[in-house]
Amino acid sequence: MNDNDEHMPPAMQQVDWASPQMKARLNRRYWMDRLFRGLGLSAVAAATLFLIVLLGNIIQTGVSGFFQTSIEIDVSFDASILPDPALPRSEFSQAVAQVNMQRILRQALLEKFPDVKARGDVVRLTRLLSSGARSQLRSLVVRSPNIVGTTIPVQLLASDEVDQAVKGNIDVSLPEENRKLKNKEVGWLSLLQSENRVSLNFHPRFITSGDSREPELVGVWGAVVGSALTLLVTLLTAFPIGLAAAIYLEEFAPRNRLTTIIEININNLAAVPSIVFGLLGLAFFLGAVGMARSAPLVGGLTLALLSLPTIIISARAAITAVPQSIRDAARGLGASPMQVAFHHVVPQAMPGILTGTIIGMSRALGESAPLLMIGMVAFIVDVPTGIDDPATVLPVQIFLWADSPERAFIEKTSAAIMVLLFFLISMNGIAIWLRQKFERNW
Amino acid sequence: MTNATIFVVIALLGLFAFVAVRQRSVALVSGATDQLHSLPRYHGYYAAVVVSLPSLLVLLLWVTTGKLIVENLILSGLPQETVAANAERIDLLINRIRLVAENGSAIETDETILSAATRFNSLYQQGVAATLALAVGIAAAGYFYATNKVGRKFRARARYEQVLLVLLAVSSFVAIGITIGIVASLIFESLRFFQQVPIAEFVFGLKWSPQTALRVDQIAAEGSFGAVPLFAGTFLISFVAMCVAGPIGLLSAIYLTQYAGPALRGFAKPLLEILAGIPTVVYGFFAALTVAPMLRNHGAVFGLDVASESALAAGLVMGIMIIPFVSSLSDDAITAVPDSMKQGSLALGATPAETIARVIIPAALPGIISSFLLAISRAVGETMIVVMAAGMRPNLTANPLEAVTTVTVQIVALLTGDQEFNSAKTLSAFALGLALFLTTLVFNIFALRLVRRYRQVYE
Repeated sequence: MNDNDEHMPPAMQQVDWASPQMKARLNRRYWMDRLFRGLGLSAVAAATLFLIVLLGNIIQTGVSGFFQTSIEIDVSFDASILPDPALPRSEFSQAVAQVNMQRILRQALLEKFPDVKARGDVVRLTRLLSSGARSQLRSLVVRSPNIVGTTIPVQLLASDEVDQAVKGNIDVSLPEENRKLKNKEVGWLSLLQSENRVSLNFHPRFITSGDSREPELVGVWGAVVGSALTLLVTLLTAFPIGLAAAIYLEEFAPRNRLTTIIEININNLAAVPSIVFGLLGLAFFLGAVGMARSAPLVGGLTLALLSLPTIIISARAAITAVPQSIRDAARGLGASPMQVAFHHVVPQAMPGILTGTIIGMSRALGESAPLLMIGMVAFIVDVPTGIDDPATVLPVQIFLWADSPERAFIEKTSAAIMVLLFFLISMNGIAIWLRQKFERNW
Repeated sequence: MTNATIFVVIALLGLFAFVAVRQRSVALVSGATDQLHSLPRYHGYYAAVVVSLPSLLVLLLWVTTGKLIVENLILSGLPQETVAANAERIDLLINRIRLVAENGSAIETDETILSAATRFNSLYQQGVAATLALAVGIAAAGYFYATNKVGRKFRARARYEQVLLVLLAVSSFVAIGITIGIVASLIFESLRFFQQVPIAEFVFGLKWSPQTALRVDQIAAEGSFGAVPLFAGTFLISFVAMCVAGPIGLLSAIYLTQYAGPALRGFAKPLLEILAGIPTVVYGFFAALTVAPMLRNHGAVFGLDVASESALAAGLVMGIMIIPFVSSLSDDAITAVPDSMKQGSLALGATPAETIARVIIPAALPGIISSFLLAISRAVGETMIVVMAAGMRPNLTANPLEAVTTVTVQIVALLTGDQEFNSAKTLSAFALGLALFLTTLVFNIFALRLVRRYRQVYE
């Protein structure tokens, strides 16, 4: 025993765990553990915080984008300028389209502010109102011709600068030369505000209209329709092909080299940068095939290439999850392999396949880089009506607005992001609902 | 008449064939369908496939190659002198013709182009008519073939399923087709680029200023196409991103797998996934409008000169975006470590932290490394954040406070707006795309291989 003691390594010697050194060592180890645990928790907290800051920031700036300032002005619809309301309806509206509404507006404003005389000031005064105020008046007259000859108060859209000042985004205490809205305009505005003629209302136009150069006239509807058409093309091409590929690979493909290559290839494709798919779309669909630029058709096909790997991978996972016993039972009852696949396996796997497809589609909805490559960045006012109309999509619209210099576009961009996130959340919500409703543990 | 009309016609013919042949098979056995080898509907399916599939192939061929064929016909029909005068810019000429053909003659005055455009339209319409005639002809032949086949012994289901199997197999080859398409189009355009710019300059050149003389006689600054500053910028931003995403992603994964209870895990994991689901354009907006000005102002407080489009701002936000890529893959890798190893370490008296640092992480290391590689690959290929928040000017620097540009920013800048397909400027975007594709491919292959090898060890 004594012999052995001498040859024992130091660690094996009797340790006095109660000694102060050992206690300190133990404390240090426990302290390290707590530190590690704290670091982990703070990492999770940091990621959560980022998410909250990001979304909070967007919502904070975006909510006001759904609202727009209007100014109430007493407009006299001068019968000498406007056409006779007794005219037939179609002739009347044609005649109204010819009328210089700017003149009526200027008159109305000058009546409100009689002491404005200088030419520059008059121009500035009319700039309180949006350039869309003219078409507002026009449609008002067309809708109710009997107002011709009367003077009534009308709510007219304010210009983006006035709107920003009302929302408090422009600091009027800055030196005059540092802001677009000059002191005179601020003065007129506060006079109007003191008479309760300035109001901030929900702005349905933001939801229902297309793009515009003026921030107060923009709307997301054109981009929403563009996104919907693009996604429709993506879904109609990527879903059948992806599903067919998944069925083949899971149910029919022989285990050989070629199948392995296909599988590796699909996994790699899923990690290829999206912009590379854009280059492919540019070179193939636009260059080789000669399709029209900027159209949902080309955009949808490009996004289909992008989301195909995702759909195949999730569809395969759903098909693998269907138990073998179902296949065996169907085969035993005389079904052909094709009937087994289409009558039994695919229907059972369908909730999983649909979940994967919806998630793939929601990714495609948020994608913008490949669409920049195929020219979906054009400025398009009209709401697209078909898959070969020039169109833009929501994320690209966001990109375009984010690039615009006007201060008012910041809140419009954030508001458009909120619309985009709304669609993404809805789609993912449906996916989660599908998964929970139809999930089966075999 | 358009291609869509042809498609509808073919679909209707297929439907007709299904109904007619199904009826015929029923009539053949006077309703006693058990005497048929295949159910009547399989006779119908078979007929529909025989009728519509070849016609659809004809249509597909026409849609993909039709405009090219017509273009070449137009080109050979143009007067010699017009072709000779435009020898250098033949695709520009074709573009002008097609523009007139599609949108009318409002802006064009050149007589040859106007007549060529008229010819383009009439030739194209002839092509559509020919395609329709061919499609209907083939469909009719298919119909007669299918009706003659109907019989008691005819194995319609087997034949139909054979066709279906081929269709399924073809669909799975589409994925390979996409890869081939990517590689082919990138290589094809890049080769044209490398005919004008030596490949050594592209790979090793330190100066990137893609300007090319628009006309031969123009004295413009000779463009230089050295991609090194772009890749330096890309990796600088990716490095900043990984400095954020690496520690946060890995520590979150460790915490959520080793320390957190099921409730927190069930709550925090989807929350992290949301970060990956937010569109990148949103991150770009956040980086450009919130983070960059904030960094600039705070930097000024400390006497630092932070560029308004600094690599730091883009990198930080990109880091937030790729946290879930690191965390979810590391999570998988850590969860895959056998529990016995963990329990063994704890039983020997190691604290949880020691177990994680000395046992679990070394065991999960291949998976963790591969999650980092995939995250880097994602950062390198990320476009919108850098387009919106990083700079445009190439800058060879390692200082994250300066503005740098990246490969993807340059691709977008080169390819948005007007472009002509022959200039080195446009073609260089494809060379950059090829370089980007190869870079990310190396990362991906390496990462996927690591994961696969690692899985085999423990399963």
